[in-house]
Amino acid sequence: MSEAPAAATAPFAGASMPLIEARKVTRILPGVVPTTLVHNIDLEVREKEFVAITGPSGSGKSSLLYLLGLLDIPTSGEVLIKGRSTSRMDEDELAVTRLSMLGFVFQFHFLLPEFTILDNVALPMRALGALSADAMRERAAELLSSLGLADHVDKWPDQLSGGQRQRVAVARALANDPTVILADEPTGSLDSKSSDQVFEVLREIVNRGKTVVAVTHDLGLAERMDRRIHLIDGEIANDGASVGDLA
Amino acid sequence: MNLILDVAWTHVRSRARHTGVAVAGVATGVGFSIMMAALMQGSQDDFVRMLVNALPHIAVSDERRSPPLQPAEQAFDAAEFHGLKPEVRRRGIKNPLATMAALEAWVPGAVAPSVKVQAIIRYGNRDTGASVIGIDPRREANVSELPTQMRQGTLASLYRATNAIVLGDRLAEKIGARSGANLTVQTSEGTCINAQVVAFYHSGIRQVDESTAYVLARTGQILAQQTGLINELRVRVNDPMIADKVARRIESDTGYKSVAWQEAHEDLLNAFVIRNVIMYTVVGAILLVASFGIYNIISTITHEKARDIAIMKSLGLKERTVRTIFVVEALIIGLVGAVAGFLLGYLLCLALGSLEFKSPFMDTNRLPLAYNPWHYIIAAAVALLSSFAAGYAPARKAAHVHPVEIIRGAT
Repeated sequence: MSEAPAAATAPFAGASMPLIEARKVTRILPGVVPTTLVHNIDLEVREKEFVAITGPSGSGKSSLLYLLGLLDIPTSGEVLIKGRSTSRMDEDELAVTRLSMLGFVFQFHFLLPEFTILDNVALPMRALGALSADAMRERAAELLSSLGLADHVDKWPDQLSGGQRQRVAVARALANDPTVILADEPTGSLDSKSSDQVFEVLREIVNRGKTVVAVTHDLGLAERMDRRIHLIDGEIANDGASVGDLA
Repeated sequence: MNLILDVAWTHVRSRARHTGVAVAGVATGVGFSIMMAALMQGSQDDFVRMLVNALPHIAVSDERRSPPLQPAEQAFDAAEFHGLKPEVRRRGIKNPLATMAALEAWVPGAVAPSVKVQAIIRYGNRDTGASVIGIDPRREANVSELPTQMRQGTLASLYRATNAIVLGDRLAEKIGARSGANLTVQTSEGTCINAQVVAFYHSGIRQVDESTAYVLARTGQILAQQTGLINELRVRVNDPMIADKVARRIESDTGYKSVAWQEAHEDLLNAFVIRNVIMYTVVGAILLVASFGIYNIISTITHEKARDIAIMKSLGLKERTVRTIFVVEALIIGLVGAVAGFLLGYLLCLALGSLEFKSPFMDTNRLPLAYNPWHYIIAAAVALLSSFAAGYAPARKAAHVHPVEIIRGAT
């Protein structure tokens, strides 16, 4: 995979710190009956970790991922990225941080249907604007090639299989060479063969020095990751245990 | 292509049918606005041209705007008069030739003398009140369109008979006089002359054609019972639009009441202002209706694209960027609609211009249309402004989409 865009990690420094840190993070959905999604979460994610967030349905796995990925804002507590608190960041700062430091892969590929595969991958680079148009296309093509999609660059999302689309989503997540990839059930809608392919892609990303945090309900898949955080009712029930211990 | 433009263009292009309807709405609004503006301004210009050309641009009469101050008024701050009998002054402009020479020295145009008398014209057993204007035919050509408005004869025909008279065609029709007819002209002073009709004119303004007759200046002086009398100077300026300024200066220099065509037709010009307000209100309403179409399409796109918006925001696109994308979509529709509207408006003007009307009340038989680039610029500006306004609200809403809510909903 190619080198990072120059501006990607510029706002942050301090490699020895945790990449992502949650301090007493609680998220409550307001309403007639307020719903607590996650409660009092303390968590650190460090470089090159391959972290699985597991738990039963409704345990707050995805909510925690969205909070760690700055897509959602905690009701109380704070999330730090490379030691810097994000609680006082405005919308624009949060957007730039997501764009330059975090990459997202969702359960459904969420590719833009009116753009080619190449354009979908190039989209985050265009938004960041750190590379020239040619360099963006070149990097997007390289990423797709490294994920076995070299022959599909000019195709439309609906011309690809589910596994291929998910790999495109991974390529898009890697576009700005982020520090952390956050994946929400990345294999949730795939068959076992495609799931394995996507898992291997994520493993490869970790092997190349990135950090991956993935939400999964697939305990077998979680077992193959380096660290497992198990949630129950919005709280961390276990951090680091193997699937066998959790069962 | 710029990311914002690229996404915006992709969105509007991928909804060709919806976009087409919205573009058609704007194009119709712009097209009809241009057509209406061309028609309104064309008819206004035509009417003003007729007004301007029918009479001299400025009429300097021997009257004063306000009566001269009494000696007591000059001496005291307040004075009250009872039974004041105004001084009877000799009528006419003093030293008319010297005054004319002074005006000709600086007025950007021409000056001609005239004698204006109110009289009753009698032919057979029909009589009618009329303004009889004594002119110098040679100079008159420099200050009015009268020589070009002549029917049956020329202005020089005034020299053909002793008391020759040129009638407005409607005046002649009213009293039944034909060329060569001998009629009687009688003033309120009691002067009565026999005059021979030598020609007719048609200015196109009914009021003038019905009530004005022309004689030689010396005939006018006979009617006014005052040799050498000149009671009106007729001025034509090179640029009719500056007539009011020139008139003010003439009045200030000579002290005589100077009435420019703008003042003489002030009520009509005011009516044009009201007419224009009505026109632009209608045009604005048309474009407002078109903007609802844009609002509709942008709202639909933002609704349909909620998931894409969430994805773009989760990837890190700023709210401002998302908002701009949808505003640009509205502007694209507005711009394409405006360009299509230009074509539609131009074609409508051509079509209207080709229609032929035959009316006894109009000299022209085609609709007067003004082809003015400002009509296009204003219509496009209003279209783009209303497009922006129509697109902004849904764009703002789209920008505020919380990605997590959409992503949760999608999963």
